[in-house]
Amino acid sequence: MLASAASVTAPEILCNRKRFSCGGTDWSITIISAGGHTCWLLRAFLRSVQNIVSSTPGNIEFEEPSPWFVTWVSAWGRVVIDTIIALGDFSLFCFRMMVWLFTRLPKKETLWPNFHQVGVSSLPVVALTGTFIGMVLAVQSYFQFRQIGLETRLGGVINMSLVRELGPVLAATMLAGRVGSSMAAELGTMRVTEQIDALSAMGANPIRYLVVPRFLACLFLIPALTVMADFMGVAGGHFYSVDIIGIDVHHYWHNSAKFVTNFDLFVGLFKSVFFGAAIAMISCYQGFNCTAGAEGVGRASTAAFVYSFVAILALDLFLGIALDSIYFTYYPEGASLL
Amino acid sequence: MIEQLYEQQDALVDVKNMSVTFGSQNILRNINLSIPPGQTLVLLGESGCGKTVLMKSIIGLVKPTIGEVYFDDRNINQLSDRRLSLLRLRFGFVFQNAALFDSMTIGQNVAFPLRQHGRFTSGQIREMVLARLSEVGLPDSVVFKKPAELSGGMRKRVGLARALIMNPELIMYDEPTTGLDPIMSDVINELIIRTRRRNPVTSIVVTHDMNTAKKVADRVVMLMPAHRLQPNESQMIFDGSVPELTACRDRRVQQFINGEAGERLMELRGQRSGV
Repeated sequence: MLASAASVTAPEILCNRKRFSCGGTDWSITIISAGGHTCWLLRAFLRSVQNIVSSTPGNIEFEEPSPWFVTWVSAWGRVVIDTIIALGDFSLFCFRMMVWLFTRLPKKETLWPNFHQVGVSSLPVVALTGTFIGMVLAVQSYFQFRQIGLETRLGGVINMSLVRELGPVLAATMLAGRVGSSMAAELGTMRVTEQIDALSAMGANPIRYLVVPRFLACLFLIPALTVMADFMGVAGGHFYSVDIIGIDVHHYWHNSAKFVTNFDLFVGLFKSVFFGAAIAMISCYQGFNCTAGAEGVGRASTAAFVYSFVAILALDLFLGIALDSIYFTYYPEGASLL
Repeated sequence: MIEQLYEQQDALVDVKNMSVTFGSQNILRNINLSIPPGQTLVLLGESGCGKTVLMKSIIGLVKPTIGEVYFDDRNINQLSDRRLSLLRLRFGFVFQNAALFDSMTIGQNVAFPLRQHGRFTSGQIREMVLARLSEVGLPDSVVFKKPAELSGGMRKRVGLARALIMNPELIMYDEPTTGLDPIMSDVINELIIRTRRRNPVTSIVVTHDMNTAKKVADRVVMLMPAHRLQPNESQMIFDGSVPELTACRDRRVQQFINGEAGERLMELRGQRSGV
């Protein structure tokens, strides 16, 4: 198919080139040359397709020298096609994980170490970052609120932003940095040293054995870590506002209770489940598709963190919009508070 | 006579018109290979000619770009994940660098296939693991060690014990003697022969080592990298027994057996002058 397309376009291109070189302002020439360009674009596209599907024998050879824009377009075409292929591959990976998740659960001995790694080992660092972010919020917003005499509203602001946004996002970021990149590095090393192949060779499905337990650990434990981050953040905010700045305790908590609802807590926890799933899938995928050598493993673990972080923020935006619209649909009176 | 006996039986492994391509690199081109049960096949060939890829595609770890692979008359590439997992119990694979799980002890490594599939009590598992380890000449004390604490030769023997523990029908050895001293290499060769003597397994041995080939092979197949061949030439430049191999007149085969660089030296000079 590719061969026939190339053979049809080749003479036309040569023909258009000649006319184009004559120059002139005649529109028909411009239109024909535009046709020529389209052919060149098509050719560039075919070339980038060819680069990717060159696995099939009987490749077409493109021998004409290519102008700069063809190289440019073909480079971009390649990026687009590579991205589509990677996304497709990632979706298939997730699909296979889902199939194993719903057909046969992994064994206990593969689950517990992962739960420990994700939950217990991440707890101190999540708690610590939570405390600091609560205090930072108090520090940053105090002067603004004091100028308009609303210091006691600080409780509402700090706790609301912690429970809705910062708690889940920070817990997820710490998890991506601490667990996600280590998962990618571990699975990447296993890939490079043929341990994943060895698992397959011994009839143990690597997705069921390695990916499903990590996915479940992230999915179930990230809400717990979020609760921890929320709690420590709230405590840190209280400590700075009440004990250091000296805001009245009663009003601080009264305002908090007035603004922060159960729905806000739910929003935070609900979002965190998606963050956990994204971290596990992206990190495992990066590890499974690691290229050989120390460099490959390093790249996989960096990519795992970077992509997880981008995914966390993107999911945060879209889930935020979706949950807000749900909230205002069911509680129209909530909108009047604004 | 042995050959006639093999021909009467159906092939255990049948590779039909298989090609494997990675990116733009053609690794294997139109390979046809059928291996009868009980045969020990040695795959020879220089590095990068696709020996390991051929072996990995037989077990389904590499998907052929074109062509099919049959094991016991079943097309490997059309099986579902779960069926393939079950079928792989009938394979044993000894990896080049042993590929032991470094998060587990040696005992856990060897017991892995048993725990994964068998319904054995932990007492039975312990007995079987110790028996396999002693078969490959390792003391009981290694059971609690981690793979990183063992030498290369010991790791390879653990890899062999792990591959043998489910009594597979087909054992594949990926460069079993590479990186080992001559004595340890011979120990591994003896183990390969002993394994076959003990139970009638089919074996595929990928190696560069002529001693291994001469010692263990019933049949030798030599592969040539696709890019060094004419477009229509078969990649399998030799297929026959060990005496046939030594008597083979093909210059490329002789070069490999005797370890001569030949015209490759010219390539080296050409590169240098190019620089």
